Amino acid sequence: MLSKEEVKHIADLSRLKLSEKEIELMQKDLSAVLDYFNLLKKIDTSKIKLETEKFVSTVNISHNFEDFDGLLGTRKDEAIHQSREVVEKLIQAFPDKKDDYIKVKAIL
Amino acid sequence: MTYKVTIGLEIHAELKTNSKMFCSCKNDPDEKRPNYNICPICMAHPGTLPVANEAAIRKVIKTGLALNCEIARESKFDRKNYFYPDLPKGYQISQYDQPLCEKGFLQISDRMIGITRIHLEEDTGRLMHSAQEGRASSSADGRPDGESFSLVDYNRAGIPLMELVTEPDITSGKEAREFAQELQIILRYLDVSSADMEKGQMRVEVNISVSKTKKLGTKVEIKNLNSFRVVEKAVDFEIQRQTKLLDAGEKVVQETRGWHDKKEITFLQREKESAHDYRYFPEPDLPTLHLKEDYIIKIKSHMQELPDQKRERFEKEFGLDKDSIEFFVTNKDLSEYYEKVVSEFEEWTSEQEKAGAHVKASKLVANYLISDIKGLLVGKEFIETEFKITAENFAEFIKMIYKNEISSKVAKMVLVEMFNTGGDPSEIVLQNNWGQIKDVGELEKILKEVIEKNSKAVLEYKSGKKNALQFLVGQVMAKSRGTANPEKVSELFIKLLK
Repeated sequence: MLSKEEVKHIADLSRLKLSEKEIELMQKDLSAVLDYFNLLKKIDTSKIKLETEKFVSTVNISHNFEDFDGLLGTRKDEAIHQSREVVEKLIQAFPDKKDDYIKVKAIL
Repeated sequence: MTYKVTIGLEIHAELKTNSKMFCSCKNDPDEKRPNYNICPICMAHPGTLPVANEAAIRKVIKTGLALNCEIARESKFDRKNYFYPDLPKGYQISQYDQPLCEKGFLQISDRMIGITRIHLEEDTGRLMHSAQEGRASSSADGRPDGESFSLVDYNRAGIPLMELVTEPDITSGKEAREFAQELQIILRYLDVSSADMEKGQMRVEVNISVSKTKKLGTKVEIKNLNSFRVVEKAVDFEIQRQTKLLDAGEKVVQETRGWHDKKEITFLQREKESAHDYRYFPEPDLPTLHLKEDYIIKIKSHMQELPDQKRERFEKEFGLDKDSIEFFVTNKDLSEYYEKVVSEFEEWTSEQEKAGAHVKASKLVANYLISDIKGLLVGKEFIETEFKITAENFAEFIKMIYKNEISSKVAKMVLVEMFNTGGDPSEIVLQNNWGQIKDVGELEKILKEVIEKNSKAVLEYKSGKKNALQFLVGQVMAKSRGTANPEKVSELFIKLLK
């Protein structure tokens, strides 16, 4: 069973604020998840090879870049200009800004 | 008491690619407008996914091959989790336990420095700090005016970053500087990175410990070193600082220090916090890279010539001395021009009877480029397309000097003219009447004038003073504006003054 300190530490790392009650709940929940994984760990997977390329579909897989055969799972090094509209929307989404910079509390 | 100094370097280099590491935003280090090259992916908006840049991977592998590394058969990306305003996703996609390259080495002047690993990751945005003076009264909305704040620009966020870690094989500031310098040359030759330290395209961090015993001392990290000179100074200072502490029986504290250029000292930047818990785990949004033999072989076959290969070749082909070779290795564009000029007169020199004509002519070109042309450029970069002297004309110029058609004094004047106007050397000599005086009668006339005006020197010469002859020859050279042949003049004087 995870200790309260461990739960608090994990919450801090994720920048999550938990109340005392929530910490207790998390203790039980997280421990239950970890226990489950400990069960799964008992399976011998040493002979199983994970073939990730069958599971991941990527946009823009290119098979021929200049003289090179494509490296599966990568994209061609091309700069595609982002529309000004999209960039402005991104800037508008800044919670606080100055000119076109994001403004944040001072970092010491 | 000799201390054991153990130094390792951690070097980050911004890769010269067209686009960012995980999105197609432009990679433009010169973009001045803030938050211009951004998109939902590099700004970490919900639902976006990264796709790896193939050229960035290729460039890291190329670097690994140049540094004698083992290239991974399988490599993957991992998440390095921490929070900071310049890190959009709250994690950096990096590489933890399966980097692209491992176990290489680089030879510097007197030793071999091991390279632990080279991996690929993404760069963060740029933070600008500003503080405003606080004011006594608060502003209308109740908030105190003048709170200090930081500004963030994400143009740099997500550009491909190569991280190279060396083995702790370095033992002095000089070695650290040499390693960084040689690495910069290699990165430029391979067209992997512009590696300009002043622009932050190549960042060097030093890990250094000093110990009296066989056991390693406490490791201190030095950051924010922005030039080779500073790397060397900071390392040397830090060795002294730690040695003094140990001599006084004190302990070295594990910490991060910066370099203060004006005071020329390292200073504490922040206490090393309990090591960040980065919670590395494999990046689930990116597939494992399977680097096949063919792929690596293709990269190897397309590799540019490395500095060491160039050094060997220049020594063998042109017989240049070490300093000249080093000049050409560090001035790549000028060295390419040099090779063009030399190839222009190859046919001609091979027809010359005297052995070593090619080497002699090659050395002439080198000397004129390294002293005269460098002087004329006045610190400006050599750009061949803007350089007015064509390789053919330069070769022609060298031939004229080799054949003694013009004196070295005239040569300098012709070169300046060619540099400014780009003309043909024989034309220039003709137009300015700088050709060597061929008519003996004309020469004698000048000699007789000089003899008349310098009776004292003539007497000194006749009484055995050899310097007097040189003086007289000098007078003729001056009067003829360098167009007389000094040896001929000397002979004539000896004849006339017998």
